[in-house]
Amino acid sequence: MSQFDYVISIGGAAGQGIATPGNILARLFARQGIHMYAYNAYQSIIRGGHSFLTVRCSEQNVRTHGDVIDLLICLNQDTMDRHLEHMRAGTSVIFNSNTIEPGEPADGVQFCPMDVGELAGKGANKLMQNTVAIAVACQLLGIEFSALEDVINFQFSGKSEELVAENVRVARGAYDHSAATFQPASQQMPTGGEPLAVWRGNEAFAMAAAGAGVKFYCAYPMSPSTGILHWMAANARELDIMVRQVEDEISVICMAIGAAHAGCRSMCATSGGGFALMTEAIGEAGMMEIPVVVVDVQRAGPSTGVPTKTEQGDLWQALGASQGDFPKLILAPSSPLDGFQTIPEVFNLADKYQLPAMILSDLLISDETSTIDPKLLDMHPIIDRGELITEAGDDAGSYERYKFTDSGISPRALPGIPGYEHVVASDEHMPSGVLISDEFTHPHKRRAMLEKRQRKMDGLLAELAPPVIVGAPDAEVTLVGWGSTADVIQESVGQLSAVGVVANHIHFKWMVPFHADEATELLSSCKRTIIVENNYTGLFHRYLRGETGFTVDGHIRKYDGEPFKPHHITAAVQDQLAGGEAISVPYEEIIV
Amino acid sequence: MSDTNVEFSLKPKDFKGKVDPDWCPGCGDFGVLSGLQRAVAELGFQPHQILTISGIGCSSNFPGFFNSYGMHTLHGRSLPHASGAKLANHEMNVIVTGGDGDGYGIGGNHFTHTSRRNLNILYIVMDNQIYGLTTGQISPTSEVGMKTKSTPFGSIELPVNPIASAITAGATWVARGYTGNMKQLTRLMIEGMQHNGFALLDVFSPCVTFNKVNTYQFFKQRVQPLEDLDHDSSDWKEAIEKAMVWGEVIHTGLFFKTDARLTLEEQEPVLDEGGPLAYRELGLSKEETELIVSRMM
Repeated sequence: MSQFDYVISIGGAAGQGIATPGNILARLFARQGIHMYAYNAYQSIIRGGHSFLTVRCSEQNVRTHGDVIDLLICLNQDTMDRHLEHMRAGTSVIFNSNTIEPGEPADGVQFCPMDVGELAGKGANKLMQNTVAIAVACQLLGIEFSALEDVINFQFSGKSEELVAENVRVARGAYDHSAATFQPASQQMPTGGEPLAVWRGNEAFAMAAAGAGVKFYCAYPMSPSTGILHWMAANARELDIMVRQVEDEISVICMAIGAAHAGCRSMCATSGGGFALMTEAIGEAGMMEIPVVVVDVQRAGPSTGVPTKTEQGDLWQALGASQGDFPKLILAPSSPLDGFQTIPEVFNLADKYQLPAMILSDLLISDETSTIDPKLLDMHPIIDRGELITEAGDDAGSYERYKFTDSGISPRALPGIPGYEHVVASDEHMPSGVLISDEFTHPHKRRAMLEKRQRKMDGLLAELAPPVIVGAPDAEVTLVGWGSTADVIQESVGQLSAVGVVANHIHFKWMVPFHADEATELLSSCKRTIIVENNYTGLFHRYLRGETGFTVDGHIRKYDGEPFKPHHITAAVQDQLAGGEAISVPYEEIIV
Repeated sequence: MSDTNVEFSLKPKDFKGKVDPDWCPGCGDFGVLSGLQRAVAELGFQPHQILTISGIGCSSNFPGFFNSYGMHTLHGRSLPHASGAKLANHEMNVIVTGGDGDGYGIGGNHFTHTSRRNLNILYIVMDNQIYGLTTGQISPTSEVGMKTKSTPFGSIELPVNPIASAITAGATWVARGYTGNMKQLTRLMIEGMQHNGFALLDVFSPCVTFNKVNTYQFFKQRVQPLEDLDHDSSDWKEAIEKAMVWGEVIHTGLFFKTDARLTLEEQEPVLDEGGPLAYRELGLSKEETELIVSRMM
């Protein structure tokens, strides 16, 4: 029997509480050692609309929400009407028979109507249908009732005992009714594995920053980055982190830079619109040589765009952030775990090379809820602050903040130390910090200082891991990606292999500085290259071509707001290999 | 954070920066610079204990002319930089210097919000009612009717009232100085620094090159120190009333002061013990990480 891999989708309007059953399922799977990945398609609305949460659970470490739905939970009529067509033989549909009219199912789809009024009693809370649905789902999957009861107790901890008892009673009734009435699900969930932890992408990034010693975090709320602010605010006092919500993103970045200059490891996060406001100050950090870490959680743009949808649309905004030409670090982590493991390194590099670091996340990975093996949660990374002066030494009285060095790195003295007084300036300056525009705008001094700063990029590039090929070296086709598409591409590589297409994968994380030589060599060794991006014009491909002169053979692009599913990529690759058009734009079948 | 144990007092000239000011001869900003040098010497500060932060503009070149730690930041953004720096190292004496365009125009949003946050910062605005560095356009404090290169037919916009704005926004110490009265100005600087909270010191600092209206002569005829009147600076209503006076008489001195509000630093438990955040050990303890992970299970 193949391994357990099952997809549950829950649909309802915002305000109907689809988050609660989602959280209950996530905990339930995680506690049994079942891997889980959840993607929530939703809108920028507090009440109404259509939210569609897809939870995939598996014995394997699944990293996408998959291609199919095995169990549909309808919390409203709209969900039944929109998604019944996606259900195929062997699947089940749970719904409240008091309020929802079933549609016409395909052959072999099991309907599980639940008389919520009868089970919960008249006048029961409307949210009780969620408890009923979860209980039926558990029963269909063969999960012991006691496991569900534990999680209900956990989920409603802090609520009244009556409420918890009522939920358990209703769940029990629904569970027993299901056992007596419905056929078990096509797959039964194994239990007893080592418990896993549950996190969201933004929490992973916040935790990583806390572990790396961030002491100052500020933000202006903006979806889909706000989860980082929430985690920081909730943990600030326990972990001694200064967390501020600030009047706008301009103030956010300037406060972070001020705190960084004074000596704190500083971070801020936003989405594309807020990032646009921050850009002038990002150049300032480059000029003043102040380490600051900025996260841009991309969403579909431009302008206000589609606030709750994903896109890889801000690459060039990050590349072009601020006027002028200055050293910077830009990266796009591929998953919550990748971000978690990379962020401490980003803080070290920002400190060592004294420059702004920009992390390009996106809604897909920042918003995902997934399980993680707690053994991977090492929150004691190496902390290396580079050449930082924190107490007076021999050069007191003769210190030069922007001293010329071979590496371009000038030791950085923190304010407060006698004998190291200096001014950092957003104007061009001399090694002493004195502005050149205050004296003469001396071309040789300008050139020397600009070259000093830029020299840092050589050292920085040498510290970054070059790109590699994952998979068969002599593959028929190489899928190229950057950032959040890594895991969906990887799953597609597996699907292609199952149909006899040997594919491999090159994924880019470090955008600036860029390993152009290594990338050119790798790409040139490939038989056929297809690049996968969540945007319209192939933003990364244009950058890659600029840095390497290499042009790929084909493109797979998606820009409808919804993420790629593995089969989108698989089908597009097969089509292109069969002579189809060199640009594929997969059709999104789930309409939310 | 290391500190010197040697007790000695410095003279104003010890706070002279690495370069001499490049302001126009006769600029009011010279008075602000010498006043602050005198004030910090009198308070017994040493250069490494002070962080001066500015934005962009003629007066924002200030940190370069003053011997202390300094940040010469972006146009309009001095206050957020200063707020971040102060929260990172609340033992530093943070002084923000800049002009009226920088502070009340492009930085107006930050001015309002920094006022209500009540960080322990002294904000000195060299208010010359004109844009100097861009060679003479109206500023947010220019009077109605003022003719400049950008308003050849006279300004038709009402000027902002920084004193009244700061009071209503929540600043806890609000005063106005004038570079034609150095004794008063220096005293206000000392008091502003001694105040525990956000202190705004708006200073009439005439631009002799581009502002031919608000000249030394103009102010000499009008300024009236509040200390010569029976003004109660603890009464915000009276303070607002005095702030609204503009015409034959313009008041200088301390308009408003309250000690009734805690500073942001005092309200942040993260700063209660352990010294400045900037100098603390980094990294989490085993107990802290175990707690974080346990909440995820």
